[in-house]
Amino acid sequence: MGVDRRQFLKIAGLSTLAGLGGKTAFELLAPGDVEAALPLMKAKRWAMVVDMRRLNEEAMKKLQKACHYAHNVPDFGDPKVEIKWIWAEEFKHAFPDHENEYVPEKVAHEKVLLLCNHCSNPPCCRVCPTGATWQREDGIVMMDWHRCIGCRFCMAGCPYGSRSFNWGDPRKAPKALNPDFPTNPEFPTRSKGVVEKCTFCDERLAKGLLPACVEAADKIGKDLLIFGDLADPDSNVRQALGKHFTIRRKPELGTSPNIYYIV
Amino acid sequence: MYDGGKIIVGLVIGLCLLFSPFFFNAGKAAKAPQPVLTAKAKEAKKCVADTAYMRSSHMHLLDDWRQTVVRDGERYMTTSDGKVYYKSLQVTCLECHSNKTKFCDQCHNYLDVQPYCWDCHLVPKESK
Repeated sequence: MGVDRRQFLKIAGLSTLAGLGGKTAFELLAPGDVEAALPLMKAKRWAMVVDMRRLNEEAMKKLQKACHYAHNVPDFGDPKVEIKWIWAEEFKHAFPDHENEYVPEKVAHEKVLLLCNHCSNPPCCRVCPTGATWQREDGIVMMDWHRCIGCRFCMAGCPYGSRSFNWGDPRKAPKALNPDFPTNPEFPTRSKGVVEKCTFCDERLAKGLLPACVEAADKIGKDLLIFGDLADPDSNVRQALGKHFTIRRKPELGTSPNIYYIV
Repeated sequence: MYDGGKIIVGLVIGLCLLFSPFFFNAGKAAKAPQPVLTAKAKEAKKCVADTAYMRSSHMHLLDDWRQTVVRDGERYMTTSDGKVYYKSLQVTCLECHSNKTKFCDQCHNYLDVQPYCWDCHLVPKESK
Protein backbone atom coordinates (compact mmCIF):
# COMPACT_ATOMS: atom_id res chain seq x y z
CA MET A 1 0.00 0.00 0.00
CA GLY A 2 1.24 3.47 -0.88
CA VAL A 3 1.37 6.51 1.35
CA ASP A 4 -2.00 7.89 2.29
CA ARG A 5 -2.78 11.56 2.63
CA ARG A 6 -2.28 11.64 6.40
CA GLN A 7 1.13 9.96 6.23
CA PHE A 8 2.16 12.23 3.39
CA LEU A 9 1.34 15.33 5.43
CA LYS A 10 3.30 13.99 8.42
CA ILE A 11 6.36 13.29 6.30
CA ALA A 12 6.08 16.65 4.58
CA GLY A 13 5.79 18.47 7.92
CA LEU A 14 8.74 16.64 9.42
CA SER A 15 10.95 17.27 6.44
CA THR A 16 10.04 20.96 6.50
CA LEU A 17 11.05 21.11 10.17
CA ALA A 18 14.28 19.28 9.43
CA GLY A 19 14.90 21.63 6.53
CA LEU A 20 14.33 24.71 8.64
CA GLY A 21 16.51 23.41 11.45
CA GLY A 22 19.18 22.44 8.98
CA LYS A 23 19.10 25.85 7.39
CA THR A 24 19.55 27.74 10.65
CA ALA A 25 22.41 25.52 11.65
CA PHE A 26 23.95 26.05 8.24
CA GLU A 27 23.55 29.80 8.51
CA LEU A 28 25.09 29.89 11.95
CA LEU A 29 28.12 28.01 10.78
CA ALA A 30 28.39 29.77 7.44
CA PRO A 31 31.37 32.06 7.19
CA GLY A 32 30.45 35.72 6.94
CA ASP A 33 27.79 35.64 9.61
CA VAL A 34 30.18 36.66 12.31
CA GLU A 35 28.71 40.05 13.17
CA ALA A 36 27.90 38.79 16.67
CA ALA A 37 31.44 37.54 17.15
CA LEU A 38 33.03 40.93 16.42
CA PRO A 39 34.82 42.37 19.43
CA LEU A 40 32.77 45.54 19.63
CA MET A 41 32.04 47.51 22.77
CA LYS A 42 28.57 48.96 22.58
CA ALA A 43 26.57 51.30 24.79
CA LYS A 44 23.68 53.72 24.63
CA ARG A 45 25.57 56.56 26.30
CA TRP A 46 29.24 56.34 27.10
CA ALA A 47 30.31 58.23 30.21
CA MET A 48 33.27 58.43 32.55
CA VAL A 49 33.67 58.88 36.28
CA VAL A 50 36.99 60.36 37.42
CA ASP A 51 38.00 59.68 41.01
CA MET A 52 39.84 62.91 41.81
CA ARG A 53 40.53 61.85 45.40
CA ARG A 54 43.08 59.31 44.25
CA LEU A 55 44.54 61.01 41.18
CA ASN A 56 47.74 63.00 41.59
CA GLU A 57 49.62 65.04 39.07
CA GLU A 58 52.10 62.31 38.32
CA ALA A 59 49.30 59.85 37.54
CA MET A 60 47.59 62.41 35.31
CA LYS A 61 50.82 62.87 33.37
CA LYS A 62 50.94 59.13 32.81
CA LEU A 63 47.36 59.09 31.56
CA GLN A 64 48.04 61.99 29.22
CA LYS A 65 51.09 60.23 27.90
CA ALA A 66 49.12 57.03 27.26
CA CYS A 67 46.47 58.95 25.35
CA HIS A 68 48.80 61.12 23.34
CA TYR A 69 50.97 58.13 22.56
CA ALA A 70 47.99 56.18 21.26
CA HIS A 71 46.77 59.02 19.07
CA ASN A 72 50.00 60.50 17.73
CA VAL A 73 49.48 63.81 19.50
CA PRO A 74 52.70 65.81 19.16
CA ASP A 75 54.25 68.12 21.72
CA PHE A 76 55.09 71.47 20.14
CA GLY A 77 56.62 72.78 23.35
CA ASP A 78 54.61 76.01 23.11
CA PRO A 79 51.31 76.50 24.97
CA LYS A 80 50.07 78.76 22.18
CA VAL A 81 49.98 75.93 19.66
CA GLU A 82 49.52 73.14 22.18
CA ILE A 83 47.45 70.12 21.19
CA LYS A 84 45.78 68.25 24.01
CA TRP A 85 43.21 65.50 24.22
CA ILE A 86 43.47 64.98 27.96
CA TRP A 87 45.23 67.29 30.38
CA ALA A 88 45.50 68.57 33.94
CA GLU A 89 44.21 71.96 35.04
CA GLU A 90 43.83 73.80 38.32
CA PHE A 91 40.57 73.35 40.21
CA LYS A 92 39.59 77.02 40.02
CA HIS A 93 39.92 76.94 36.24
CA ALA A 94 38.24 73.59 35.78
CA PHE A 95 35.35 74.39 38.11
CA PRO A 96 35.06 78.21 38.20
CA ASP A 97 31.49 77.89 39.46
CA HIS A 98 32.59 75.80 42.44
CA GLU A 99 35.39 78.11 43.39
CA ASN A 100 35.50 79.42 46.94
CA GLU A 101 38.19 80.99 49.03
CA TYR A 102 38.20 78.32 51.69
CA VAL A 103 38.24 75.05 49.76
CA PRO A 104 40.59 72.50 51.30
CA GLU A 105 44.26 73.01 50.48
CA LYS A 106 44.42 69.72 48.61
CA VAL A 107 41.53 70.63 46.30
CA ALA A 108 42.78 74.16 45.71
CA HIS A 109 46.26 73.12 44.64
CA GLU A 110 45.87 69.68 43.12
CA LYS A 111 45.01 69.65 39.48
CA VAL A 112 41.95 68.15 37.82
CA LEU A 113 42.01 65.73 34.89
CA LEU A 114 40.17 67.22 31.93
CA LEU A 115 39.10 65.87 28.59
CA CYS A 116 36.22 66.24 26.14
CA ASN A 117 32.99 65.92 28.12
CA HIS A 118 31.12 64.20 25.28
CA CYS A 119 28.13 66.35 26.18
CA SER A 120 24.62 65.08 25.62
CA ASN A 121 23.82 68.49 24.16
CA PRO A 122 27.11 69.41 22.48
CA PRO A 123 27.38 73.04 21.34
CA CYS A 124 30.36 72.20 19.10
CA CYS A 125 28.18 70.01 16.89
CA ARG A 126 25.55 72.71 16.54
CA VAL A 127 28.02 75.23 15.19
CA CYS A 128 30.06 72.98 12.88
CA PRO A 129 29.25 74.11 9.34
CA THR A 130 30.41 70.92 7.60
CA GLY A 131 29.18 68.20 9.92
CA ALA A 132 32.77 67.28 10.67
CA THR A 133 31.89 66.93 14.32
CA TRP A 134 28.70 65.24 15.37
CA GLN A 135 27.21 63.09 18.06
CA ARG A 136 27.12 59.36 17.51
CA GLU A 137 24.21 57.25 18.67
CA ASP A 138 26.24 56.01 21.62
CA GLY A 139 26.83 59.60 22.76
CA ILE A 140 30.42 59.97 21.58
CA VAL A 141 31.07 63.41 20.10
CA MET A 142 33.08 62.33 17.08
CA MET A 143 35.45 64.13 14.76
CA ASP A 144 35.74 63.44 11.05
CA TRP A 145 39.11 64.90 10.12
CA HIS A 146 38.37 64.28 6.45
CA ARG A 147 35.66 66.91 6.61
CA CYS A 148 37.08 69.50 9.00
CA ILE A 149 37.81 72.77 7.24
CA GLY A 150 39.49 74.35 10.25
CA CYS A 151 37.03 77.19 10.81
CA ARG A 152 37.33 76.71 14.61
CA PHE A 153 33.66 77.49 15.31
CA CYS A 154 33.63 74.35 17.46
CA MET A 155 36.50 75.69 19.54
CA ALA A 156 34.52 78.87 20.14
CA GLY A 157 31.43 76.81 20.92
CA CYS A 158 33.07 74.44 23.40
CA PRO A 159 32.90 75.90 26.93
CA TYR A 160 35.52 73.44 28.18
CA GLY A 161 38.48 74.16 25.90
CA SER A 162 38.51 70.54 24.85
CA ARG A 163 39.48 71.21 21.28
CA SER A 164 42.87 71.99 19.78
CA PHE A 165 43.75 73.42 16.41
CA ASN A 166 46.66 72.23 14.31
CA TRP A 167 48.48 75.48 13.57
CA GLY A 168 51.21 73.50 11.87
CA ASP A 169 51.81 70.07 10.42
CA PRO A 170 52.00 67.69 13.41
CA ARG A 171 54.71 65.75 11.60
CA LYS A 172 56.88 68.85 11.72
CA ALA A 173 56.72 69.09 15.51
CA PRO A 174 60.19 69.51 17.04
CA LYS A 175 62.02 66.18 16.92
CA ALA A 176 63.73 66.81 20.24
CA LEU A 177 60.38 66.79 22.05
CA ASN A 178 58.91 63.97 19.98
CA PRO A 179 61.75 61.52 19.40
CA ASP A 180 59.58 58.58 18.37
CA PHE A 181 56.75 60.45 16.65
CA PRO A 182 54.47 59.11 15.16
CA THR A 183 54.12 56.84 18.13
CA ASN A 184 51.21 54.63 17.05
CA PRO A 185 51.57 53.27 13.52
CA GLU A 186 47.94 52.12 13.56
CA PHE A 187 46.49 55.61 14.05
CA PRO A 188 46.73 58.52 11.62
CA THR A 189 48.26 61.87 12.42
CA ARG A 190 46.28 64.98 11.57
CA SER A 191 47.16 67.57 8.96
CA LYS A 192 47.68 71.27 9.32
CA GLY A 193 44.45 73.22 9.68
CA VAL A 194 42.14 70.73 11.37
CA VAL A 195 40.71 70.67 14.87
CA GLU A 196 41.16 67.62 17.03
CA LYS A 197 40.04 66.30 20.40
CA CYS A 198 39.32 63.20 22.44
CA THR A 199 36.99 60.72 20.72
CA PHE A 200 36.59 58.38 23.71
CA CYS A 201 38.90 56.07 21.75
CA ASP A 202 36.19 55.01 19.31
CA GLU A 203 38.84 53.06 17.40
CA ARG A 204 39.70 51.05 20.50
CA LEU A 205 36.05 50.46 21.43
CA ALA A 206 35.61 48.97 17.97
CA LYS A 207 38.22 46.39 18.89
CA GLY A 208 36.71 45.67 22.29
CA LEU A 209 39.34 47.65 24.18
CA LEU A 210 38.81 50.30 26.84
CA PRO A 211 39.96 53.87 26.10
CA ALA A 212 43.71 54.30 26.40
CA CYS A 213 43.48 56.55 29.48
CA VAL A 214 41.19 54.10 31.28
CA GLU A 215 43.52 51.23 30.48
CA ALA A 216 46.48 53.22 31.77
CA ALA A 217 44.54 54.24 34.89
CA ASP A 218 43.71 50.62 35.67
CA LYS A 219 47.43 49.95 35.87
CA ILE A 220 47.85 52.72 38.46
CA GLY A 221 44.85 51.86 40.62
CA LYS A 222 41.50 50.15 40.38
CA ASP A 223 38.58 52.38 39.33
CA LEU A 224 40.56 55.61 39.06
CA LEU A 225 38.72 56.19 35.82
CA ILE A 226 35.44 54.34 35.43
CA PHE A 227 34.15 54.05 31.88
CA GLY A 228 30.79 52.61 31.01
CA ASP A 229 27.23 52.93 29.84
CA LEU A 230 25.27 55.67 31.58
CA ALA A 231 21.99 54.38 30.16
CA ASP A 232 22.35 51.02 31.89
CA PRO A 233 21.24 51.26 35.56
CA ASP A 234 23.49 48.33 36.55
CA SER A 235 26.62 49.62 34.82
CA ASN A 236 29.84 50.43 36.62
CA VAL A 237 29.43 54.18 36.07
CA ARG A 238 25.88 54.22 37.40
CA GLN A 239 26.95 52.27 40.48
CA ALA A 240 29.79 54.71 41.10
CA LEU A 241 27.44 57.67 40.61
CA GLY A 242 24.96 56.14 43.04
CA LYS A 243 27.60 55.56 45.68
CA HIS A 244 29.56 58.82 45.55
CA PHE A 245 28.71 62.49 45.28
CA THR A 246 29.96 63.75 41.93
CA ILE A 247 30.20 67.08 40.16
CA ARG A 248 30.38 67.98 36.49
CA ARG A 249 31.99 70.92 34.76
CA LYS A 250 29.67 73.91 34.17
CA PRO A 251 26.42 71.94 34.06
CA GLU A 252 24.49 75.22 34.29
CA LEU A 253 25.30 75.85 30.62
CA GLY A 254 22.92 73.08 29.67
CA THR A 255 25.46 71.04 27.72
CA SER A 256 24.92 68.03 29.98
CA PRO A 257 28.51 66.85 30.17
CA ASN A 258 29.18 63.12 30.60
CA ILE A 259 32.40 63.25 32.62
CA TYR A 260 31.69 63.03 36.34
CA TYR A 261 34.17 63.90 39.09
CA ILE A 262 34.27 62.36 42.54
CA VAL A 263 35.87 65.12 44.65
CA MET B 1 45.91 86.77 -52.26
CA TYR B 2 48.83 89.07 -51.66
CA ASP B 3 52.08 87.39 -50.65
CA GLY B 4 50.33 84.02 -50.93
CA GLY B 5 53.58 82.06 -51.09
CA LYS B 6 54.94 83.60 -47.88
CA ILE B 7 51.67 83.03 -46.04
CA ILE B 8 51.49 79.39 -47.07
CA VAL B 9 55.13 78.79 -46.13
CA GLY B 10 54.49 80.50 -42.81
CA LEU B 11 51.40 78.39 -42.23
CA VAL B 12 53.29 75.19 -43.03
CA ILE B 13 56.14 76.12 -40.69
CA GLY B 14 53.64 77.06 -38.01
CA LEU B 15 51.75 73.78 -38.34
CA CYS B 16 55.02 71.85 -38.30
CA LEU B 17 56.00 73.57 -35.07
CA LEU B 18 52.58 72.94 -33.59
CA PHE B 19 52.66 69.23 -34.32
CA SER B 20 56.37 68.67 -33.81
CA PRO B 21 55.97 67.36 -30.25
CA PHE B 22 53.57 64.70 -31.49
CA PHE B 23 55.88 63.86 -34.35
CA PHE B 24 59.02 63.56 -32.23
CA ASN B 25 57.37 61.63 -29.42
CA ALA B 26 55.36 59.26 -31.58
CA GLY B 27 55.65 55.68 -30.37
CA LYS B 28 57.59 56.70 -27.29
CA ALA B 29 54.69 56.71 -24.80
CA ALA B 30 55.83 55.78 -21.32
CA LYS B 31 54.56 52.33 -20.46
CA ALA B 32 51.93 52.19 -17.77
CA PRO B 33 53.62 50.77 -14.69
CA GLN B 34 52.35 47.54 -13.23
CA PRO B 35 51.69 47.50 -9.51
CA VAL B 36 54.16 45.21 -7.77
CA LEU B 37 52.75 42.69 -5.31
CA THR B 38 54.60 41.85 -2.13
CA ALA B 39 55.16 38.23 -1.22
CA LYS B 40 52.42 38.51 1.36
CA ALA B 41 49.94 39.92 -1.13
CA LYS B 42 50.81 37.21 -3.65
CA GLU B 43 50.31 34.53 -1.06
CA ALA B 44 46.88 35.86 -0.08
CA LYS B 45 45.86 35.66 -3.76
CA LYS B 46 42.65 37.55 -3.11
CA CYS B 47 42.15 41.12 -1.98
CA VAL B 48 38.98 42.33 -0.28
CA ALA B 49 37.33 42.33 -3.72
CA ASP B 50 38.35 40.86 -7.06
CA THR B 51 41.34 42.26 -8.88
CA ALA B 52 39.48 43.95 -11.71
CA TYR B 53 37.27 45.83 -9.28
CA MET B 54 40.19 46.80 -7.07
CA ARG B 55 42.12 48.03 -10.07
CA SER B 56 39.35 50.20 -11.43
CA SER B 57 37.48 51.23 -8.28
CA HIS B 58 39.74 51.02 -5.22
CA MET B 59 39.25 54.74 -4.69
CA HIS B 60 35.50 54.28 -4.41
CA LEU B 61 35.98 51.41 -2.00
CA LEU B 62 38.32 53.51 0.14
CA ASP B 63 35.94 56.45 0.02
CA ASP B 64 33.12 54.16 1.12
CA TRP B 65 35.32 52.82 3.91
CA ARG B 66 36.17 56.23 5.27
CA GLN B 67 32.51 57.18 5.19
CA THR B 68 31.18 54.05 6.88
CA VAL B 69 34.04 53.71 9.36
CA VAL B 70 34.17 57.28 10.58
CA ARG B 71 30.57 58.37 10.17
CA ASP B 72 28.68 55.13 10.84
CA GLY B 73 31.17 53.34 13.06
CA GLU B 74 31.09 50.20 10.88
CA ARG B 75 34.66 49.06 11.10
CA TYR B 76 34.42 45.56 9.70
CA MET B 77 33.49 44.25 6.29
CA THR B 78 32.70 40.75 5.11
CA THR B 79 33.89 39.77 1.65
CA SER B 80 31.89 37.65 -0.76
CA ASP B 81 33.76 34.55 0.39
CA GLY B 82 33.02 35.23 4.03
CA LYS B 83 36.28 36.69 5.29
CA VAL B 84 36.07 39.55 7.77
CA TYR B 85 38.37 42.52 7.35
CA TYR B 86 39.06 45.52 9.56
CA LYS B 87 38.38 48.46 7.27
CA SER B 88 41.54 50.50 7.38
CA LEU B 89 43.81 51.84 4.68
CA GLN B 90 46.67 52.26 7.10
CA VAL B 91 46.32 48.98 8.96
CA THR B 92 44.68 46.49 6.60
CA CYS B 93 45.61 47.58 3.06
CA LEU B 94 49.17 48.50 3.86
CA GLU B 95 49.72 45.35 5.88
CA CYS B 96 49.74 43.31 2.68
CA HIS B 97 50.68 46.07 0.26
CA SER B 98 53.52 47.34 2.38
CA ASN B 99 55.41 48.51 -0.71
CA LYS B 100 53.64 51.83 -1.20
CA THR B 101 56.13 53.22 -3.71
CA LYS B 102 55.81 50.25 -6.01
CA PHE B 103 52.16 49.51 -5.38
CA CYS B 104 50.50 52.93 -5.07
CA ASP B 105 52.81 55.76 -6.06
CA GLN B 106 54.04 54.38 -9.38
CA CYS B 107 50.59 54.40 -10.94
CA HIS B 108 49.45 57.56 -9.22
CA ASN B 109 52.50 59.37 -10.56
CA TYR B 110 51.94 57.99 -14.04
CA LEU B 111 48.35 59.20 -14.01
CA ASP B 112 49.26 62.40 -12.18
CA VAL B 113 46.79 61.89 -9.36
CA GLN B 114 47.76 63.15 -5.93
CA PRO B 115 45.61 61.49 -3.30
CA TYR B 116 45.99 63.33 0.00
CA CYS B 117 45.49 60.16 2.08
CA TRP B 118 49.09 60.27 3.21
CA ASP B 119 48.88 63.76 4.68
CA CYS B 120 47.44 62.04 7.74
CA HIS B 121 47.61 58.29 7.23
CA LEU B 122 50.96 56.83 8.05
CA VAL B 123 52.98 54.75 5.65
CA PRO B 124 54.88 51.80 7.08
CA LYS B 125 58.64 51.82 6.63
CA GLU B 126 59.45 49.96 3.45
CA SER B 127 61.92 47.14 3.52
CA LYS B 128 63.66 46.35 0.29
